[in-house]
Amino acid sequence: MKRTFLKALAVTALGSFIGTAAYAADITGAGASFPYPVYAKWAEAYKKETGIGLNYQSIGSSGGVRQIRAKTVAFGATDSPLSGDELNKDGMVQFPAIIGGTVPVLNVEGFKPGELRVTGPVLAEMFLGTIAKWNDPKFAALNPGKALPDQAITVVHRADGSGTTFNWTDYLTTVSKDWADKVGKGNAVKWPAATSVGGKGNEGVAANVGRIKGAIGYVEYAYAKKNKLTHMQVQNQAGKYVNPDDTTFAAAAAGVDWFSVPGMGVSMVNAKGDSSWPISTASFILMHKQPADKAQSAEVLKFFDWAFKNGKQMAAELDYVALPDSLTNEIRSKVWSQIAK
Amino acid sequence: MSVGMTTIDKLPHSPDRPAGAVSPNMAAIARRQRWQDVLFHRGTQAFSLLVLAALIGILVSLFMSAWPTFKTFGLKFLWTVEWDVVNEQFGAAIAIVGTVLSAGIALLIAVPLAFGIALFLTENCPTWLRRPLGTAIELLAAVPSIIYGMFGLFVFAPIFADFIQTPLQQVLGGMPLVGWLFGGAVNGMGILAAGIVLAFMILPYIAAVMRDVFEIVPPILRESAYGLGCTTWEVVRKVVLPYTHKGVIGGVMLGLGRALGETMAVTFVIGNANRMPTSLFSPGTSIASVLANEFGEAADLHLTTLFALGFLLFAITFVVLALAKLMIIRAERAKGT
Repeated sequence: MKRTFLKALAVTALGSFIGTAAYAADITGAGASFPYPVYAKWAEAYKKETGIGLNYQSIGSSGGVRQIRAKTVAFGATDSPLSGDELNKDGMVQFPAIIGGTVPVLNVEGFKPGELRVTGPVLAEMFLGTIAKWNDPKFAALNPGKALPDQAITVVHRADGSGTTFNWTDYLTTVSKDWADKVGKGNAVKWPAATSVGGKGNEGVAANVGRIKGAIGYVEYAYAKKNKLTHMQVQNQAGKYVNPDDTTFAAAAAGVDWFSVPGMGVSMVNAKGDSSWPISTASFILMHKQPADKAQSAEVLKFFDWAFKNGKQMAAELDYVALPDSLTNEIRSKVWSQIAK
Repeated sequence: MSVGMTTIDKLPHSPDRPAGAVSPNMAAIARRQRWQDVLFHRGTQAFSLLVLAALIGILVSLFMSAWPTFKTFGLKFLWTVEWDVVNEQFGAAIAIVGTVLSAGIALLIAVPLAFGIALFLTENCPTWLRRPLGTAIELLAAVPSIIYGMFGLFVFAPIFADFIQTPLQQVLGGMPLVGWLFGGAVNGMGILAAGIVLAFMILPYIAAVMRDVFEIVPPILRESAYGLGCTTWEVVRKVVLPYTHKGVIGGVMLGLGRALGETMAVTFVIGNANRMPTSLFSPGTSIASVLANEFGEAADLHLTTLFALGFLLFAITFVVLALAKLMIIRAERAKGT
């Protein structure tokens, strides 16, 4: 009766098909999507050099933690670090692998990237909805002489759970008591502003900010740069206004005392230093101290050893910041030494 | 149904044997056929049971994964307006309302349009136009939903904001009783936008099914009605629709089912705000889009709550299908068949 229609249905049913071929020699990892581009680039170069590939599934931080707990992968990757207790419970170690930054972007006509300035508490109020217009006196006071429009602020946030959201809300929690009390930090939070809209992924947020007049959002730095979105300068802990780029991310990393917290799970937000970008973050790697497959685990360490030595340029091309040599040496001697070979 | 029934007496009699006697040859054929029939029957039966097993399996595993959430929040989970991942407070009401509203708006728009399209194609369309138009509708049904989502976000939403939402708000926004429906920020996304994009997604499904069922009305019925002097509308109303109501309801339900479960297209345009919508323009969320958005990073109670939402979507779809069946049965009883 409806042959042609059924045919059409069948075509629809042929959705996207993703096949991942895993080879015995390949390293397997899973987790955060935030560092995925740089891991993928490292993996490509590493494979050319050594013939050993990396099968990294960018399934999200929580998924990465689940997979490494279940020992289905040789390493997990997460943007929100596990606590020392959690690590001990599963007999795991944790170390940072790459550094990036989150950037507030806006869509208000007539301003160049970096022209407007903002402080953490004012950002928090914008995202809380208590500052609802662009010409609010509190915001205007930070930008004397700028013709700010009488336009409603529309908050754009990530609709999916994300390490970028964790970094952003971690920062707002640090700088605003109101935000800490009412919202808190997490991969996904309850957005309080009455006008907020969610976008899926960095690209969804970038698209919405680009389209909605009067919008403010936050994206990973690479996306702001790629989509030519207008970002703001943010005041750091030292009281200086800074632009986001690899030098300010690196400065934030330099001011961090990595071994002050078990598992190196230090929050990099609001880091010390005159030129530190206040919303920087590290992405972490999780591995078992007693791995089920020691050969695989050794290959993972070889891969990161190689990436720490040779991957800086590649990371910079993607607007990430590689860890400084002093830190990677400490990771080798203090963290990797705990992993059974 | 008698499985082993063979067709011995229908076999041609061999001319050199008396009628009624069965040659060993024929008996062998009969045995083989009986055996084949049994195998065929059991085989197909196993296939259908497989579907049933999968259905029950999905239901049970969904429910088991969702159990911690049901246990924590109890029945009030259904009408609690809350979605706070950090403090682990969850309610399904926001997502349920978003799902039902967007799918309802989609049906309100798509059903009359689809009905018109199917009518035109079967009753009024010149023959040369019938094929290209019909093919176009089927092609539209084959477009993957993510394409609708991207089209919705990048093309439809800006146009919708400037040329539909803004005028609607200016004209109707201030009116008593209905004004609140058109309040709120105008940004091209929200419940109404999702409903309209969904409508265009399910339109080809409903239209194609309706056209197919309208075509099976025997020409003699139709022509007799025309012969009696009926207008096209009277023929449709009194002959075509009563003859095909089952198929029409089926088509509408197929569309509704797709609208309820649609993920990507809705995720792009509904606004993804975990708040109760206060107007047609306010951003909201649907069960499917919450699942698509939050599954990757969910853990513990958040994860089981997503399973609970999945279970509820299953339940809603089931209730809708059951209602459709009920409607068909009642319509048939009313007709006295």
